[in-house]
Amino acid sequence: MSTYLITGGTVVDPSTDPDGGGRRADVLIENGEVLAIDTSIAKDDVEAIDATGLVVAPGLVDLHTHVREPGREDEETILTASAAAAAGGYTAICTMPNTDPVADSAAIVEKVWALGREAGLVEVLPAGALSKDLAGEKMADIGEMAMSAARVRLFTDDGRGVQDALFARRAMEYLRGFGAVYAEHCEIEALARGGHMHEGARSLALGLRGIPAAAEELMAARDIALARLTGCRLHLLHISTAGTVELVRRAKAEGLPVTAEATPHHFTLTDAALEDYDPMAKVNPPLREESDRAAVVAGLADGTIDAIATDHAPHSREEKDQELSYAPPGLVGLETALALTISELVEPGHLSLTQALERLSTAPARVLGLEDHGRIQPGRPANIVVFDPGAAWTIDATRFNSMSRNTPFEGRTVTGRVAHTFFNGRHTVVDGVVRVGAAV
Amino acid sequence: MHKHLLSMDQLSAEDITTILDTAGSLRQVTSRPIKKLPTLRGRTVCNLFYEASTRTRISFELAAKRLSADVINFSADSKSSVAKGEGFKDTAWTLEAMGVDAIVVRHGSSGAPHQLSKWVQASVINAGDGSHEHPTQALLDLYSIREHFKDFENLKVAIVGDIISSRVARSNVKGLVTMGARVTLVGPPTLVPPEAAAWGVEVTTDLDAVLPEVDICYLLRVQKERQSEQLFPTDREYAALWGLDAKRLAKMHPESVVMHPGPMNRGVEISAEVSESPRSLILDQVANGLAVRMSLLYLMLGGREVEGSVADAEVPA
Amino acid sequence: MPEASAATPGGRAAGAFAVKSRVMEPEDVRRALSRIAHEIVEKNRGTDDLVLVGIRTRGAPLADRIASAIASFEGADLPSGALDVTLYRDDVALKGPRGLEATTVPADLDGRVVVLVDDVLYTGRTIRAAFDALLDLGRPRAIRLAVLVDRGHRELPIRADFVGKNLPTSSHEVVKVHVEEIDGEDAVLIGESAGA
Repeated sequence: MSTYLITGGTVVDPSTDPDGGGRRADVLIENGEVLAIDTSIAKDDVEAIDATGLVVAPGLVDLHTHVREPGREDEETILTASAAAAAGGYTAICTMPNTDPVADSAAIVEKVWALGREAGLVEVLPAGALSKDLAGEKMADIGEMAMSAARVRLFTDDGRGVQDALFARRAMEYLRGFGAVYAEHCEIEALARGGHMHEGARSLALGLRGIPAAAEELMAARDIALARLTGCRLHLLHISTAGTVELVRRAKAEGLPVTAEATPHHFTLTDAALEDYDPMAKVNPPLREESDRAAVVAGLADGTIDAIATDHAPHSREEKDQELSYAPPGLVGLETALALTISELVEPGHLSLTQALERLSTAPARVLGLEDHGRIQPGRPANIVVFDPGAAWTIDATRFNSMSRNTPFEGRTVTGRVAHTFFNGRHTVVDGVVRVGAAV
Repeated sequence: MHKHLLSMDQLSAEDITTILDTAGSLRQVTSRPIKKLPTLRGRTVCNLFYEASTRTRISFELAAKRLSADVINFSADSKSSVAKGEGFKDTAWTLEAMGVDAIVVRHGSSGAPHQLSKWVQASVINAGDGSHEHPTQALLDLYSIREHFKDFENLKVAIVGDIISSRVARSNVKGLVTMGARVTLVGPPTLVPPEAAAWGVEVTTDLDAVLPEVDICYLLRVQKERQSEQLFPTDREYAALWGLDAKRLAKMHPESVVMHPGPMNRGVEISAEVSESPRSLILDQVANGLAVRMSLLYLMLGGREVEGSVADAEVPA
Repeated sequence: MPEASAATPGGRAAGAFAVKSRVMEPEDVRRALSRIAHEIVEKNRGTDDLVLVGIRTRGAPLADRIASAIASFEGADLPSGALDVTLYRDDVALKGPRGLEATTVPADLDGRVVVLVDDVLYTGRTIRAAFDALLDLGRPRAIRLAVLVDRGHRELPIRADFVGKNLPTSSHEVVKVHVEEIDGEDAVLIGESAGA
């Protein structure tokens, strides 16, 4: 394994200096680990990477990736999702269990985990289902998944919310015993059924059935009450409304073990993106109103929302080239998340770059209990992203490493571009290009 | 004229006046023995209907044929895979490859005509999309209203019924507001959202309070399936509170009229007596549909702009 | 809205037009119409079955005037109407839709002698369109053509039966007829089209 010396960059590590702006330092990587971080390191026989003008930060961690393998390998495989993640600066992704078959048993999560290791581009951490087949009725093999080689830490029926309050309570009680996290896709189906976008003045004008904010908020409120009841760690996935942000804020003030994530599309776009009935802007939870978007930004700024997660959801051309009502919700996000965060949150001054990296890396690593991500620390595996925070580029889906191209951001000019990614000391992205097969 | 007609939002008062004036001239033609005109000879119009609507389809078909256009009808019945949304884009490309000049599209999915217009060179005419819009219905309604009342200034219109899911309501509100009429939306609170006030209209649940004020009471069809969604208790209660019967008609001033886009649920939103009363414009609405659709086809397909706005002083009109 | 360009009622406006000369004054127009009126009656051997139909826009008032001229010397009230030929033109596809005006035909045309009236006879295409329009309205025994000005340059084998004035022109010139009812004065003008 090569030895690398990253020179001249600004090292930003939110885990040790959450309020600082980083420091000029060189980083030495040897045997997969960070060996030293110092103002000036001189060493021979190294592969030197000139990071002058660039930021050196902990590799990003995505709490919310749909990989489609097993089941829809035509849309994304674990290998292509890993490549997309590495290209986006990620070193760990938590994969959602709504595959076919559903990741509701040790066999499936171990398979996903093993395929992730085989791909070798990022840490692939499978989330397990809460219920068998995501049906919300019978508990999935939670304990076996937690104790498996995949060591599942986060359980969710994502794609669906748990509709039955008693099931939710039992699952939380059970998970607490394993120290695992109950993650909820907050959506009361009776209120959301048949909806294609956010319910409001725009859905009324466009003649599209809407999904009211209350469908999300009601379940978030229920789960917070159940977290209070059970003491289970609760993580709210892709929260999108001002009301949910406020519920999380109050839960945290109360000291409940509640965390939350929000996506780049929810802090960037509103339901105005649906004006032309563009299926690319159809996503669940739906793009909300401006007041909701602003509340999500404020929640990320004050730390109410812990993490930025992509909800990367690949869909084929065939599926998205349909009438809006028939097209499935979802968009790909791994390769645009860092740039959208810088463009929409850092450049306008809502968050410092350090805070933004905390939401993209350190905080999600903490939610998953990962000690080897979210920090740059001598003696720890080198999981690092090197990026140019000022480089402007135009999003072109044809250049994605992901197999799917479903993005509403096509043609948008953004700032912040990944130059290098190191995963466990391996140079997985070199000058912006993923080195598939760089593993081992 | 515009290349596509997707929504009444696109049309200015001037555009609407041009369409109605042209329809007026064409209305003459529809009453003479030889009803065919050579105007759109060589043009092809496709009626692409993903929802069954014989009335609208034959109205468009006849309008195109009266102007000598060739017409193809593409109806995807509700059981075929096409109706499930598979191959909408394929169908669009097929029609494009066949060189059709206009696609008249009826679709159950709101916005489908918008999407179609991005895929084809042909003109797209929205013949009703989901709960979004039905612009030609609004134009024929505006024609009928103008014919009866001469102009729209200070005209007061109540639109009564399922506003949330009615494409007729959306298109009519936009057209009427553009033309200067004053519109009030009336119906059960579950079907008439207060947010609709953003459309420049009044919103109320009290039909009886509104009736003495209005010149036109426009009744929307009550969809039977809406009742099963628990949006109002029973047809009987709907009729009692929002149905127009002779007793309610008597509360309206004597020059006022009743309209309905059809098909009617007699005994629910409108009583048989009211639908057949001399105060009903319902049959005019149907008759005017043909002239309005001819007008649109003529204005949209009647030519392509060559070298901008061509002066033709040498060819006296 | 892509390619928005609203059709204007009443046909499209003429481009810039620079007047070179006035070739007929109000008095000339009056005399020419009066002569046409006499010739029509003479050729028809009376006024039986005659119907005057002016082609919109400026043929229509000219037809009315010929009718009243005939009334003044024959005492017969001839029906006079107006024909909009827009929907029958062969250049609809080239030049785009124009606004429509009402067609008012005063009588059953079957078996009648219809005198079409227009202001300028040029390529003949307008008259061709008028034939089709008339024949969709009925079956006249004969159709005659009266024009105030014949400027030549025919593209179809059509000739006028009654001509107010033959006006040799070049094809880049523009001939404009003004009529009092529409333009506020009677005149025939020749100019160059500045924008063509």
